[in-house]
This record gives sequence, structure tokens and C-alpha cells, in this order.
Amino acid sequence: MSIQETLQDSKLQLAIYTATGRLMDHRANAISPELLPRYQEMRQHAHDLKKHTIENLDHYMEEFEKNVIAHGGKVVFCKDATEVSDFILRLAKERGAHLFVKSKSMTSEEIDLNERMEHHGLEPVETDLGEYIIQLAHQKPYHIVAPALHMTRFQVADLFTEKLGVPREEVIEEQTMIARRVLREKFLAADIGITGANFLVADSGAVVVVENEGNARLTSSAPKIHIAVAGMEKLIPRAQDLAVMLGLLGRSATGQALTSYTSILSGPKRPGEVDGPEEFYVVLLDAGRTKLLEDPEKRESLYCIRCGACLNHCPVYRKIGGHNYPWVYSGPIGKILAPQFKGLMADPWLPFASSLCGVCAEVCPVKIDIPRVLLQLRSEITEEKQRTNQGGLERLAFKAFAWAMRRPWIYEWGGMMGAGLLGNGGRWISELPIAPGPVKAWLSQRHLPAPAVRSFREQWRARRTK
Amino acid sequence: MSREFILGRVRSALDRKTGQVVPPPPPVWLLDTDWTLEEKLASFKEKLERLAGVVHMADSPENAREIVASLITGKTAVVSNATLLADLGITRLPGVTVAGQDSEQSRKLCAECSFGITGAAFALAQTGTLVMRANSQEARLVSLLPPLHVAVVRKEQLIVDLDELLTKIPKPVEDSSSMVLITGPSRTGDIEQILVRGVHGPGVVHVVFL
Repeated sequence: MSIQETLQDSKLQLAIYTATGRLMDHRANAISPELLPRYQEMRQHAHDLKKHTIENLDHYMEEFEKNVIAHGGKVVFCKDATEVSDFILRLAKERGAHLFVKSKSMTSEEIDLNERMEHHGLEPVETDLGEYIIQLAHQKPYHIVAPALHMTRFQVADLFTEKLGVPREEVIEEQTMIARRVLREKFLAADIGITGANFLVADSGAVVVVENEGNARLTSSAPKIHIAVAGMEKLIPRAQDLAVMLGLLGRSATGQALTSYTSILSGPKRPGEVDGPEEFYVVLLDAGRTKLLEDPEKRESLYCIRCGACLNHCPVYRKIGGHNYPWVYSGPIGKILAPQFKGLMADPWLPFASSLCGVCAEVCPVKIDIPRVLLQLRSEITEEKQRTNQGGLERLAFKAFAWAMRRPWIYEWGGMMGAGLLGNGGRWISELPIAPGPVKAWLSQRHLPAPAVRSFREQWRARRTK
Repeated sequence: MSREFILGRVRSALDRKTGQVVPPPPPVWLLDTDWTLEEKLASFKEKLERLAGVVHMADSPENAREIVASLITGKTAVVSNATLLADLGITRLPGVTVAGQDSEQSRKLCAECSFGITGAAFALAQTGTLVMRANSQEARLVSLLPPLHVAVVRKEQLIVDLDELLTKIPKPVEDSSSMVLITGPSRTGDIEQILVRGVHGPGVVHVVFL
């Protein structure tokens, strides 16, 4: 659905506004000074922690690996998506595995893991309700935290009937129970479980997964093999740092001090434990992260803990929704991640599609200065355009502007012309059958304020001669 | 595979040498909150009830067993291997089977029974949270597969919050592969943000304090 179609779909507009608005309210309540008086200090602390970890990342990666091995697990370093799928395919082949249960992971979305596995005849099943719906509908998540935010119960009813062959069911509770029944069988039959990770704890070799449904617990506990796929920027130094990080993540995402379930996991089941996986792997994914690390100006993009607060608060996201961004990461954070991961010129318009209102930076629990990074990206894109002689028209326009601004008589003449043309707010332009495209589009939604009858310069002159 | 390659790239991006000393990380931030037992109990109850969990106060071991017995009347239950539950006689209640040490058998029981009955390593008053550690006494699936979860917790195990937990246990997975924090029932809002409980984990959580 294009931006235009999204804007014109009043039901979808209402759905996005309601959902993001509710998440904003939950967050605001959870961080209120009565409940969390030291919230701003916590943010600064989290920022400092992530900064320290990212700036010494090699050390924490090695410490993490050492501790995973000590607990009987393995760390698999992968430089790109292909290495991840190669590893999983090889393991699947060696163990005779076919059915995979997966809990929600943006990292696995990022590398199109499901598509890659399906291509090789494996069966990955998403188990988070929203992700399951999205997978059945062959779509990408609409929101980092609420992947099926854009779908109605009626669309889900159609989808379940079509894909699962169940009688049509429009009651949300019943739809949820259908998913529970179908997925419960998958959990019990699955050969391998794949989770993401919200945090990787260096001093414990631990993978931390946060969720509300219980599907991540099942994914990491029911099958014989557990694989966690995580970007290497997910590291934090110590388990004790979880108090601050979990507190910020849950509150910023959904307003929960702690989500229903937080799993802290390391290694396969130990001697004497009743159940749990027999094998435990952590995939540490690069896929563009080391390149991002090279730039001290924009490195802070890697502090992100994927809470989604910047999406919920963004006036652009709230209008255009999640599918009009070019990559799986949408909203303000997507605007700074996509150009750095997919290449500056892949979607050169992206960092410009922002009013720089700054609310994203204000709500970010780890204080990423998103507007500053956006400006940096804009200047890099403009430089790149100049270098490759693109954007000639724009440059010409600015040259003409600079030329005119240095000549007062032109400025004044232009002002007079403008006042005449825009006397009624430019309405006539939008009514012209052949008005210039972008101008017409702009004026079709709004009117310019009518200019003053007498310009400032005229008034000034009149006063002086008095 | 790509280990050396990636670590090398990280080091060169950060301008660091192999094994270069790391400056100390920001100091650990853990708050020390001092609450009385009454305050902790009141807070736990309020927080868990807000999430539709149920809190019971037992005044004696017999009372604790009676509370559990009345909850599971007429239903099947799988009970973890926690000594507390055996000591209380919960393992001998009608309809109850002990999970045991066999992984397959325990899993089968958990998939079939209506109730899962466990102890807990700790309970966090600030959030109404149960802290579960996997070991020979507690299997992971007992608090997960059955649609209803009952936890029996001694009042001494009630601590203030996550900060106190991580102060007591700085390395949560040092001697267990899994520490899980359970805060209320399983829930989702993925369809039209309508709250539904019990999507994958238990939809009902009872905590009996003894």
C-alpha cells in the first residue's frame, strides 16, 4: 500500500493512530516521575553503558564467547545473511531437522531468514501471534513491537480460513486460541527453535529474551536445539546491567516495568536439570555492523534496543505507517539504519522525509540523537549527489536563490509578484488544470497564508519618510 | 568461520589492538530499597492482581495444601520436583503427578495436565514477578505448558525488585541454564490491541504465599 493509499485509508489511519497513541500513553504512565523518579538518569546510564560496550565491542564479543563455551554452548560468527543460512542448513542436515519454531526476531527479518530456509525446503514457523499472522499473509512486520498492527480481526478471519482451513472466526479471543492450538503442535514437534536476543550478556554468556506470550520460552525450551540469532551490537557487559536495560526496554516499548516473561539463558541444559535444549548456539551477526562502527559520528545508531518508542511518537510514522519505509526497520530508527546498512544512495530520499521535530531523540531510552544522525546522512547524500553530478535542478535553484538574495531590487520585485499571485492563498494555482505537479499536490491539501497587503519594506520606507 | 575476520574488522573500525585493555565500564547501577515484609506482600499482591493474577495467603502448611487442593479440584496437575511441594503434601493430592527427572515423561505430563504447580526461587514485590531457575527440582515446562500455573512461595523468598535479585545473584546463569522472570499470565494484544490471556503460556497464575 503506497503512502498515498495509506493516507486515504481512514480505517488504517485510525488503527495506526490508536495503536501508537495507546503505546505512547502506556510509556508516559510508566516513566512518570511518581513511578520512576530517576528515569532521566537511567537513560543517561544506559547511553553510557551502550557507548562503552560498542567502543570496546571486540573485547565483549570475546568475553561473551568464552562464557558461552564455558556453559557448553557455541558462538557462530557470521559476516552476512548467507553465512547464517549456511550454518542453519548444515546443522539441519546433520541433525535431520526439518521443522523450526521461531520467536519474533527483527534480526532474522533483517536477513530474510525465513525465505532463505523455505528456499531450501525447511519449514520455519513464526510463533509470536503477530508474526504468525504476518508470515501467513506473506508480509513484513508493520512495527518493531507490534508486527500486525495494521490488520483487522476481519482480515485475520479471512487469512485463517484461507491458510488454516478453519471455519471463519471473527472473535479475537477465539482467533488467538486457534493460533494457540495450531502452534502448540508445532512447538511439540519442532526439531530446532530459533529466537532473537534483546541483550547478550558478556560476563555470563547469556542470551536475554523479552516477551509477553510465552512463545520465546517454548521456542528456547521445547526443541532439542536452541539457536539465538543476534546482531553483535546487542552486547552489554554484565548481568547486573539488566536491571537498568530491562527497565527501560519494557517501559519504553509497552509501558511494562517487566514484560510477562524475561528469559536469561546460557548453554544447553546442565547435568541434573530436567528439561531444556541439548544444544545451544548463538549466531553473532555482522551484516553491515562493522562498517557502521567505522564512523564515530554515526556509531551511536548501534545503541538501539528496538523498543519502538520512536516509531510510536513519530508524526511521519503515524501518518504513513510501517510498510512505506524501504526496509524492515521503519520509523526514525529505520531512517538512520537503512541508509547505513543498505547504502547511502539506495533510498536517498529517506533521511529527508523528516521534519526534524526531535521527538524521537527525546523518547529514546538510550538517548540516540536521531535528528543529528539524519542531518549527517543528509549532508553525506548531498555531497554524494554533487560528486556524481546528480540533482542539477536543485543546485540550479539554490544558485538562482543565492543570486537573487544578494540583489535587493529582485527580492522586492519578487515579493510584490508573490503578494499578487498569492493574494487568496494560492487557491487559483490548485484550480489550474495544468498547475505544476508538486505545487498542485501541496496546495490541494492546504492554503498558503495570504501575504500582508503592504510589505515590511514598504511600511519601513513610509515610516522613514514621515 | 568468520570469527577472526569479524573481530579484526571490529578492531580496525574501533582502532583497537588485540587484547588491548578496556577502560572500566560505567559502575553498576542497582538501587537498594528497604521494604518491610508487609510492604512487600502488599505490593506483590497489588501488582499481580493488576495483571489478573491471584494471590493467596496461607497461614500454615496445611492451609497452603488446602488452598492448592481447592484450586485443582477435579482437574489434573503436574507438580515440579521441589522439596517444598512434597513437604507440604501437595504431591499426594488427588489428580496430581510429579514431573520427575525424565525429560520426555515430564514434557508429556506438562502437555496433558491442566495445572502446573511449582515453587519459585524468588518473588519480586515491586512487579509481582516469580523468578524460576531450571534445575533438578524445577523443570522449565511445568510453569509453561499447562494452561494454569500455581506457584507456592515462602515469604522469605519475597524480595523487593530486580535490583535486589541481581545484587543477590550477580551471575544468574552460572549454575543453571535458565532463569526466567514470570510477571503475570501469558498475554497478547497482537490483533487490534485487544488483550487476550493465555496465548502460549498459562492464562491464569496463582501465587500461594506461605
